[in-house]
Amino acid sequence: MPKREDLKSILVIGSGPIVIGQAAEFDYSGTQALRVLKEEGMRVILVNSNPATIMTDPELADATYVEPITPEVVEKIIAKERPDAILPTLGGQTALNTAIALDKSGALEKYNVELIGANIEAIELGEDREKFKGVVERSGAESAKSIIVHTMEEALAAAKVLNYPCVVRPSFTMGGLGSGMAYNEEDLHRIAGAGLQYSPTTEVLLEESILGWKEYELEMMRDRNDNVVVVCSIENFDPVGVHTGDSVTVAPAMTLTDREYQKLRDIAIAVIRNVGVDTGGCNIQFAIEPDTGRVVVIEMNPRVSRSSALASKATGFPIAKIATKLSLGYTLDEIPNDITQKTPASFEPTLDYVVVKVPRFAFEKFPAADATLTTTMKSVGEAMAIGRNFTEALQKALRSLEQKGSELSFDVPAAEEIDALVESTVLGSTQRLANAQKALLGGASIERLYEASGIDPWYLDQLALINEVAERIRADKDLRPETLRDAKRHGFSDAQIAKLTHQREDVVRGIRHSLGIRPVFKTVDTCAAEFEAFTPYHYSSYDQETEVAAHEKPSIIILGSGPNRIGQGIEFDYSCVHATMALRESGYETVMVNCNPETVSTDYDVSTRLYFEPLTLEDVLEVIHAEEISGGVLGVYVQLGGQTPLKLAQQLQDAGVPILGTSPAAIDLAEDRGEFSRVLDRAGLISPKNGTAVSFEDAKKIADEIGYPVLVRPSYVLGGRGMEIVYDEANLARYVSTATEITAEHPMLVDRFLEDAVEIDVDALFDGTDVYVGGIMEHIEEAGIHSGDSACVLPPITLARDTLERVATATRAIAEGVGVRGLINIQFALASDVLYVIEANPRASRTVPFVSKATGVQMAKAAALIGVGETIASLRGTVLPAQGDGANLPKGAPVAVKEAVLPFARFRTPAGRVVDSLLGPEMRSTGEVMGIDHHFDTAFAKSQAAANNPLPTEGKIFVSVANRDKRNIILPVRALKDLGFEIVSTGGTADVLRRNDIEATVVRKVHEEGTEGANIVDMVEAGEIAMIINTPSGGDARHDGYELRAAATSVGTPVITTVAETTAAVQAITAVRSFPWSVASLQEHEATLAAARAEQFSA
Amino acid sequence: MSTTSNPEAMLVLEDGKVFNGRPYGAQGATFGELVFTTGMTGYQETLTDPSFARQIVVQTAPHIGNTGVNHEDEESRRIWVSGYVVRDAARRPSNWRSERTLDENLVADGIVGISEVDTRAITRHVRDKGAMRAGIFSGTEAARPVAELVEAVRAQEPMAGARLAEEVSATESYWVEPADFGWEGEPRFTVAALDLGIKGMTPQRFAERGVRVRVMPADSTLEQILAVNPDGVFLSNGPGDPSTADVQVELTREVLDRKLPFFGICFGNQILGRALGFGTYKLPFGHRGINQPVLDRTTGKVEITAQNHGFAVDAPLDGPVTAPQERFGRVEVSHVCLNDNVVEGLRCLDLPAFSVQYHPEAAAGPHDAAYLFDRFVDSMANNTAAAQTTQEG
Repeated sequence: MPKREDLKSILVIGSGPIVIGQAAEFDYSGTQALRVLKEEGMRVILVNSNPATIMTDPELADATYVEPITPEVVEKIIAKERPDAILPTLGGQTALNTAIALDKSGALEKYNVELIGANIEAIELGEDREKFKGVVERSGAESAKSIIVHTMEEALAAAKVLNYPCVVRPSFTMGGLGSGMAYNEEDLHRIAGAGLQYSPTTEVLLEESILGWKEYELEMMRDRNDNVVVVCSIENFDPVGVHTGDSVTVAPAMTLTDREYQKLRDIAIAVIRNVGVDTGGCNIQFAIEPDTGRVVVIEMNPRVSRSSALASKATGFPIAKIATKLSLGYTLDEIPNDITQKTPASFEPTLDYVVVKVPRFAFEKFPAADATLTTTMKSVGEAMAIGRNFTEALQKALRSLEQKGSELSFDVPAAEEIDALVESTVLGSTQRLANAQKALLGGASIERLYEASGIDPWYLDQLALINEVAERIRADKDLRPETLRDAKRHGFSDAQIAKLTHQREDVVRGIRHSLGIRPVFKTVDTCAAEFEAFTPYHYSSYDQETEVAAHEKPSIIILGSGPNRIGQGIEFDYSCVHATMALRESGYETVMVNCNPETVSTDYDVSTRLYFEPLTLEDVLEVIHAEEISGGVLGVYVQLGGQTPLKLAQQLQDAGVPILGTSPAAIDLAEDRGEFSRVLDRAGLISPKNGTAVSFEDAKKIADEIGYPVLVRPSYVLGGRGMEIVYDEANLARYVSTATEITAEHPMLVDRFLEDAVEIDVDALFDGTDVYVGGIMEHIEEAGIHSGDSACVLPPITLARDTLERVATATRAIAEGVGVRGLINIQFALASDVLYVIEANPRASRTVPFVSKATGVQMAKAAALIGVGETIASLRGTVLPAQGDGANLPKGAPVAVKEAVLPFARFRTPAGRVVDSLLGPEMRSTGEVMGIDHHFDTAFAKSQAAANNPLPTEGKIFVSVANRDKRNIILPVRALKDLGFEIVSTGGTADVLRRNDIEATVVRKVHEEGTEGANIVDMVEAGEIAMIINTPSGGDARHDGYELRAAATSVGTPVITTVAETTAAVQAITAVRSFPWSVASLQEHEATLAAARAEQFSA
Repeated sequence: MSTTSNPEAMLVLEDGKVFNGRPYGAQGATFGELVFTTGMTGYQETLTDPSFARQIVVQTAPHIGNTGVNHEDEESRRIWVSGYVVRDAARRPSNWRSERTLDENLVADGIVGISEVDTRAITRHVRDKGAMRAGIFSGTEAARPVAELVEAVRAQEPMAGARLAEEVSATESYWVEPADFGWEGEPRFTVAALDLGIKGMTPQRFAERGVRVRVMPADSTLEQILAVNPDGVFLSNGPGDPSTADVQVELTREVLDRKLPFFGICFGNQILGRALGFGTYKLPFGHRGINQPVLDRTTGKVEITAQNHGFAVDAPLDGPVTAPQERFGRVEVSHVCLNDNVVEGLRCLDLPAFSVQYHPEAAAGPHDAAYLFDRFVDSMANNTAAAQTTQEG
């Protein structure tokens, strides 16, 4: 069946900001979808609020709407664009829920828009747990016994039938949000209570516990001719009880016989047919009782998912791309397999390697959060590794995490520690695998660990195998070739071997290289070498034959950013992808090295060659070696992938590798306090008083000198890891003793903290001669909140022209002084009209995609080209605008607001309470959105709506501010009152408002004496409050108001914590109430900007 | 990985290529045609599939033996591969049905294997150079000079021209009864199944549909077949070169002449092809795996199939033709492999006879093609109904 001819224009719905459970994988799938639709000659319309995505690059669609993904806004886009169809299956649960809402509201019918790749009945059958149980039964399979409830009373009754522990799952939430395991009535109250709130249908399912069973997932594809294939089977290392996103997972399944595997396959196919998945991808999860083989279907997702991104990378079968083609009417047998070129996509990939995915967590950012892994996903990213056996793949995956202690270590635990180690594997945790391995090392038996953890004995035996190899390494200090080969065959890094034999890593590497023991590079080809592969998608293995083909042009290697984490996310992948795109367009052969399966950069056709490898020095050096011997290396980019590649810069240069763009010396200069302050001195710039300390005494001396509050942090960090504002000596002492490890090599930095300063961020390019300022961003919150968590606006809305000029001049001086070739990001603070330089990072920053989208200039592409000798002058008129820059945007330029998206609702303390949502200097947001419009007020309103914090237009607003803010709050609160809001307040704030003739309903604080009047926390929990304005005061008082914020987090009430943001919100609310939103595509905004620029320079 | 001067085991190819590894299963020397199979599950079914007789099988899936061995998943009474090549052999099996380790099973059946070799490199070599003769040498055998081992490999008979069905076939006939596979009620039909290397799952698939199966030796005569009064005749899969199966080809022609419903799988497909007058040829490296896409041309649907064949039928792909043996009327290629357009099924249009080159019994492999057993049952039902009509008329 060929392509449908009746479809001419398609609207694709993206997934919005990166949040836990819905991350970069939807940029990967969405980007594939847009490319296919373009190739097929469709007019492509996209809506996605996330500017940090490749899919929102204007050249990928005909009309790119960076607008909030809400049914109302999408309907406006439909009304304007009148697409023939909507493709909602590639944007995660967000897209699917939006499509359902549009169907329910009648919008689809009104505008005669068809859903393709999905139908509403199938989605509901797949997602409605009760209906899905019926489907499973009709498919001749079993579900876990379960009961649907809508109230807490029903939940308690149901639990009596099912017995504890039982699983609680809210309907229609993503990433398992709100689900959990209830071991007793108290747990049930907590989890089901929250679940009823999260579920858009106030529906929660209680289920018989299948805790400890084996867990599997099949990734499936179906076409409209009812051809069904399994793309990949995935087995969870953790037994049932840990969300698959948080589990170590393995592909293909390792511990199933063919009979059992075919049974899962048969059930999956029957379920897909009975659900009526229209066309495209879906996944089905199974549990298998280990002692009997009883199979239970857990759930299915009738759409492309995180697992399908993983399966695509694991097999080379591009699920999203194929799903898009299927939605246009093609059948699987009509679509060629890109990799073999000769064979069709109507087949099932077969693997001759093992893939291991490991999750990356961010509990260090949420110290109060319970780190037990449950059925609610908590990981913020993942790394994948490919090896020719499990041990190799596992160890590569673990070192890909780049976290201290993520590689297995082999210090034999003492006998008395064994019991605790075994016990610790009972529940899922970030340490479960490592603790199981340690317990085995200490002599615990596989049987005992299996009993405790439920981890399949085959996997435990593989851990035991790793331990045995470690012991052989330890026993052979001379590192005989057999020992080294054995070690490498099972994935040991040079660093691990070094530690086991008490030598330096580079010495081990030297011995290894002298023995000629190097990895070969195999190919991911979907077919276990049955057919020739035409896509160079490689992975390393210690095996015999290498498959890297000779290349004629020397390659440019781009080092990616590794697993997503808070502080280093999709924004860095964006820059890497742009670099490879620009360089390939210019005729270079590019090589991508990365280990993140969620990203666009690890799509096999983004670069000339892809190496799916960890980003450690060892692994990167081996890739470089393979490229050198197969045709030569022009150089390596380390400035695009964030801190991960940047920290390799010096060592790579020491190893003789040419670094393109900014030199390692310049990178060091920017990081070195002393050197950098000399650059500032020469330029006549100042930074807040600061010092570098290696001990508490040092730190105290500096703090006493420059005065509290001080901002303290370890050097060489990203995302403000370990950063804190310290208000007194006691807290400084606490910080030094607990928060960080401070050594001579890794000193701590102590800066004067500028209270009430306006923070300014700049992204710029420098080529040695000219500077191009990409954009100047004004933060909406004052300094003190990490720039990644702060909202910002471009162009700045309150900065004077001379300030902008000072910023531009300073940017040039710093770029020149540091010796940048490519991108630099500089943070300034403006306090009392004095411009301070906070820091400079000579690399791609988190804001590069935002700046690029807001100004229509591809900064990362320009940076990559500068690295190979282009200049800003030569790029003018092509990549860069012919005239002008982002420091000097014309009147009429669109206003873009970036807002952060925070994951607090995901985390609970061990006692079951939400973690504190107070922002600070340590970054905790997982993603961002952009609101763009002609004016600030509506752009800000859009950014809030897109971040799932829509500003209210009516109702009660609670106001309680710190003393220093009381004066500044009067006007905005009066404005809110005039807009018709009811003001609710407490204590001192209420007094001030009353004295200013603003009538406020006075309510009790949480711990305030008395019983009269309502308690504010109860009111928030009851959903009576539409918005909270609560500015915390400095010092210990910053931790006030926890109860209030916790209540707001758990019910999703917007909270404003600064006066600046209050003012912005008032502007936005006023605008929203006065006129309806209009939507405009980036292409339209670019045209507006181009016209404004033309006018600017013709005058 | 082991490239030490004194390897413990060697895989030696007729073109002189040598892969060093470690012994797996029994030790000693073994010879066979080197082929690879790409299934990620089902090693036990593969090993016990008689079609693999006289072949050294390379498993492209790196971990083998993880689920151990059990008595249910055997496709015949013994392991048939002549040698076994794997990358990572399981140290410890884990599965609730596992009864013993694969290593123990290989040793018990005297199968010489090799592990820790670059199975992907071997596969790529076979893919590029074609299936070829090879030998595995372990223990003291591995100490012999390589030149001598290459000579020993080259001294073996090639697969082309090999007649093996009789070697693997049952020597005595036996019944497979529907009641043993959950069928309640009277059996519906009787099928005479010629065992050319039959897998246990095949009669089971018939039995599950209420069909009694008389499994008979490869050299059974038409008289012996007719003696069981069959409603249909089935020819199984099996090893060797179909061009040597003249006896079975003649037998098939006699069955067709009698208009008895006929169904063939794999070797049985090649024999039907030859009976109709088509030739067969050897594929460069064959189709072996459980992920092969086949188009059913009658429905336009794709099925994912289990395959294990080194030879194929040479028949015209475009539309029905009159069989070269004209008395059998028109015939069409009913199924093709979408990877390379190899003939995967034949259907007679004027006779109740069809066959497929792949394995609808699917052990190991997906169950997409199980409908073919229903098709055969329908064919027998139609034939019986027609016969009754004729008698009544």
